[in-house]
Amino acid sequence: MSDYNFAYLDEPTKKMIRRAILKGLAVPGYQVPFASREMPMPYGWGTGGVQVTAACLTPEDTLKVIDQGADDTTNAVSIRSFFAKVAGVATTTRTREASLIQTRHRIPETPLRSDQILVYQVPIPEPLRFLEPRETETRRMHALEEYGLMHVKLYEDIARHGAIATSYAYPALVNGRHVFDPSPIPRFDNPKLESPAIQLFGAGREQRIYALPPFTRVQSLDFEDHPFEASKADGACALCGATQTYLDEIVADDQGTRRFQCSDTDYCMERRA
Amino acid sequence: MYVAAKGGEEAIAAAHEWLAEARRGDRSLPALTTAQIAEQLSLAVARVMSEGSLYDTELAALAVKQARGDLIEAIFLIRAYRTTLPRLGSSRPIDTGAMICERRVSATFKDIPGGQVLGPTFDYTHRLVDFALAAGDETAAARIAETAPLTRARVSEHLGREGLLRDEPRHDDTPPDLTRAPLELPAERPLRLQALARADEGFLLGLAYSTQRGYGRTHAFVGELRIGAVDVAVEIPELGFAIDFAEIVVTECETVNQFTGSRKEPAQFTRGYGLVMGRCERKSISMSLVDRALQWQELGEDNVGAPAQDAEFVLMHGDNIQATGFLEHIKLPHYVDFQAELELIRRLRRDADEIREAAE
Repeated sequence: MSDYNFAYLDEPTKKMIRRAILKGLAVPGYQVPFASREMPMPYGWGTGGVQVTAACLTPEDTLKVIDQGADDTTNAVSIRSFFAKVAGVATTTRTREASLIQTRHRIPETPLRSDQILVYQVPIPEPLRFLEPRETETRRMHALEEYGLMHVKLYEDIARHGAIATSYAYPALVNGRHVFDPSPIPRFDNPKLESPAIQLFGAGREQRIYALPPFTRVQSLDFEDHPFEASKADGACALCGATQTYLDEIVADDQGTRRFQCSDTDYCMERRA
Repeated sequence: MYVAAKGGEEAIAAAHEWLAEARRGDRSLPALTTAQIAEQLSLAVARVMSEGSLYDTELAALAVKQARGDLIEAIFLIRAYRTTLPRLGSSRPIDTGAMICERRVSATFKDIPGGQVLGPTFDYTHRLVDFALAAGDETAAARIAETAPLTRARVSEHLGREGLLRDEPRHDDTPPDLTRAPLELPAERPLRLQALARADEGFLLGLAYSTQRGYGRTHAFVGELRIGAVDVAVEIPELGFAIDFAEIVVTECETVNQFTGSRKEPAQFTRGYGLVMGRCERKSISMSLVDRALQWQELGEDNVGAPAQDAEFVLMHGDNIQATGFLEHIKLPHYVDFQAELELIRRLRRDADEIREAAE
């Protein structure tokens, strides 16, 4: 154990974060401002997710941390060992065994259950940010459900490219009310946002928390004549042969030979076991 | 079978060991002590304290050492430590009028009651590299006049008496604290000043400079710049009076700005304010210029669209720990999102090719 409080943050801070989480769950997709703390890892490394995880962890939890779908990427290793140290909780790489999963950029391939929590690390929580840089303005737009600008952007994509040119962080309408940013997951993962698990999103630098309660309706934005498509690379995993999983492309040699393998390392291992 | 190179626990541990070795440098040379850093690199330590928002010279010196002299990294160490400390209460406002000044200059009056005190300044040094320092020559101990420490009334108080300087409204409300509550906009001046006080020196310098070059010009003069020690007192409810619990060095800059009046305000001088922990002269001057530029709305001035007038732009981008974190995070793995982009670009190109072939 360590000299720090359980899961690093002091109890009043955790309470403040839990209040924001509860508010987020009560208003699905709404971005709740919270007094994000400076964490012992840099902003951009998942400080929002780490604070949400710290506020949710109990000593009985089993934690899994993934980055880009993998348990062994450096930052996933680093965050997992942080909580092993400051919370002393059990850790796992198995999706099925975890009670809380912190993720960056992926949703596990293995379907989640109602006794699991998925915590996302979020860089820019505001789906309208790149259309309107001002926070004062975007908050007003959400309040008035003024999402025309977003639809115009998607329409312009189709007019110019024949398809919607957003491949990750694909915006969706939550519970028929708030347009939200699912964090930079590939759009392949968007259908998995409707889940029995609780999904919590933490943006540390931007000081926002939002949430999807279990089974919340999440509609990826599209048009009737251009329906949403959860696309992925055309190929199969070189290790387990899966064709229905999200794939990482790997340049295998100096001749530029390319091959694919599952981005979700746990799922891939399980198939090979 | 090719296995994608993914980092792991061993790689991280090895990197940390290498970092410690690189920090130490050539082991045939003596290691720096934190006392040496605090004494001889005192302005670096001051910057770490001010932007780290924690007044602790020893800790800041240690952070500079641990960060290999990377001041933003040192500030980050201090911030991450600071956030674990409980907030016990708020002090009474410090009285910079009662400051024991080591430096105090005014650009607006040739002579001021109490006189101009240059103090230990770089201002009139000729920037000639002093090779004697490299040779280890110690300069002789300076003859510093033995005078009783003087406190001097602030220059603005003299101007204020004549009614020429805009009076700032006083109130006793506990100021907001952006380290305990999320920064929400629009922000009132106390919150803006707090954000500026911990903002990056370089960012404020650039913004302040831009106002001087015409992007929201404010006609600033340094009414007074003072550096020195002030007492920090806290009210003890059980005792019914305040007790001094610390003495800290701060740098205060008040600019006096020409102002020809607006629909809301008569012609008068207005002021910009900069207050920074430690000896941070450049930062306090920059802060006061930016503070003045941000007051356009209160004073009924025109918004000319200058970056320094845009409170949301300034406050959301001035924190170097937030900025460097988000900037540097793009070196973390992004191959999932990049893969999604690859797939999209390939598809768009394929579709375009098909359309072209069909047309031919």
